[in-house]
Amino acid sequence: MTPRAEPARQPAAGTETILELQGIGKNFGGLAALAEVSLRIHRGEIYGLIGPNGAGKTTLFNIISGLYQPDTGKFTFAGAACTHRKPHQLAEAGIARTFQNIRLFANMTALENVMVGRHLRTHTGIWGALTRSPAARAEERAIINRARELLNYAGITRPHQTLAKHLPYGEQRRLEIARALATDPLLLALDEPAAGMNATETAALQTLIQTIRADGVTVLLIEHDVKLVMDLCDRLAVLDYGRKIAEGEPATVRADPAVIAAYLGGAAVSEVAA
Amino acid sequence: MLRRLPDILGRRSRLALTVGAALLLLLPFAVDLSLGRGWVRITDFALLYIMLALGLNIVVGYAGLLDLGYIAFFAVGAYTYALLGSPQFGLHWPVWVVLPLGASLSCLFGVLLGAPTLRLRGDYLAIVTLGFGEIIRIFLNNLNGPVNITNGPQGISRIDPVTVGGFSLGSAHQFAGLEFPSVHLYYYLFLGCTFLVILVSLRLEKSRIGRAWMAIREDEVAAEAMGINTRNIKLLAFAMGATFGGLSGGLFAGFQGFVSPESFGLMESIMILCMVVLGGMGNIGGVVLGGVLLVLLPEAFRHGAGPVQQMLFGKILIDPESLRMLLFGLALIVVMLVRPAGLWPSGRRQRELTADDGVAQQEQETVYDASR
Repeated sequence: MTPRAEPARQPAAGTETILELQGIGKNFGGLAALAEVSLRIHRGEIYGLIGPNGAGKTTLFNIISGLYQPDTGKFTFAGAACTHRKPHQLAEAGIARTFQNIRLFANMTALENVMVGRHLRTHTGIWGALTRSPAARAEERAIINRARELLNYAGITRPHQTLAKHLPYGEQRRLEIARALATDPLLLALDEPAAGMNATETAALQTLIQTIRADGVTVLLIEHDVKLVMDLCDRLAVLDYGRKIAEGEPATVRADPAVIAAYLGGAAVSEVAA
Repeated sequence: MLRRLPDILGRRSRLALTVGAALLLLLPFAVDLSLGRGWVRITDFALLYIMLALGLNIVVGYAGLLDLGYIAFFAVGAYTYALLGSPQFGLHWPVWVVLPLGASLSCLFGVLLGAPTLRLRGDYLAIVTLGFGEIIRIFLNNLNGPVNITNGPQGISRIDPVTVGGFSLGSAHQFAGLEFPSVHLYYYLFLGCTFLVILVSLRLEKSRIGRAWMAIREDEVAAEAMGINTRNIKLLAFAMGATFGGLSGGLFAGFQGFVSPESFGLMESIMILCMVVLGGMGNIGGVVLGGVLLVLLPEAFRHGAGPVQQMLFGKILIDPESLRMLLFGLALIVVMLVRPAGLWPSGRRQRELTADDGVAQQEQETVYDASR
């Protein structure tokens, strides 16, 4: 099974850019949450975004999902300029995201949560809803089927009619992923998907993310679990105080003195160096 | 869905449905014989208020937008009917033009109000809609000069009764040897309209649009991020709610034969909101229950409180009118403390969704719940 309705594209091995950020900056009052951040994410890769708390990772997510407007810089997605688009337009362009502090539709069922994700790719309007025309009913069935498919794909084992707020924590995170996948994204942005998960859940999540990538969706991942990031990501960038301080393959980044300094503090590095 | 209803419900429920329909059809006669004609009129008003509450339920219950000026749409519908079907301008347009026109105008006003205000949330939206409601009322109150349009505080009287093809609901008619007084005829009209509004609500609730409304109610940011154009979908909720408001406003004008600005005050908006909240936000059954209770109970109280006091104490200690408001407030507080989600809260809305994998899934859930 694939997360997309149409046949999966081959995971691109190439270096075709899907998301490009150029000099993105965002200030909150006097605080520069992001400054001059430029990144290039390739189609089909798993790209990690790490950094200490408050480094600006979630701000970056909010910018690429249209919830914030950047103060400076621009970004393009799948070849189109996207800088000042609204959240729903970016979702339509193919960027889907999850939230660090889970934001499910708590009083809707797991199934309905995913069905909402299909909103974007379906068309029944008031008239179709009122008349229950054959087309509207067929679309509704397709939505339900697709949603069930995605719930299974994401590994939700609880009954699909369970209210989202009654799902266990780990499944709520998975449900967010299923809901995001329902929008048929090209890029899936996951904001700390493993936060609060135990080792078993994290391992299952890792498998899920790999499957999603294998099915042709590019993944952008914010994560604090260093092992998970190092295992999963093809490339990653490190943010610190709103600036990109390193970028590259996991092994390279891990050895980067600036990264070690950011994580352990400047003094530690000078001691190591000495 | 209605077509499939009998299969889903089974024979016993089908019987219940038939009995229920028969009871509803006989209700005006039963009420007339037992309580008097005045109560048939009150029943008619209950139906009107149910329609209003169902309209507001779309805005407040489904989309989660707190609207404190909902009565304004009722006013727009009522005045449209009144101006186009009364001696005020000497116009007597047919009902089938005036009612849809009133509903459409209300819809337009809903969009006009919605467009600039929907970026506001919660309390702020409530304040703005409250202001809007008052503006409409004050306009109606003052549009009697320099050109007299609404006749100001005196209101418009001698409005045409609802008349379809020469058949006027304003006077009694004979059918099969049975006399149907005007209030009975209006009862059937309102009953039909109420069922129409219920059907529309049901279908919208369980559709792509309804899910989008609920998603916005649950978490607007997440809904936006999932690709819902929240502005348009919220406007749609406002427009639909306003349309129902306008429709019942038109019916109200035809039924009452008289409209004046004082029928459209803030208290009315609050009252309708209370029906929605008290009955059970987002649940059609609950909203209907809320409407019935909040129209009938105060009336029963108005007629009953005096005699009961007379009987118990031999004299009237407290004026029934003040007692009514006191108990009404008390009832609201108690209900909100004991049943914060309303008397009949929106439960699991999944009957339709489970219909395809049916009983097995539900049983599985029950077992699952029990084993926890």
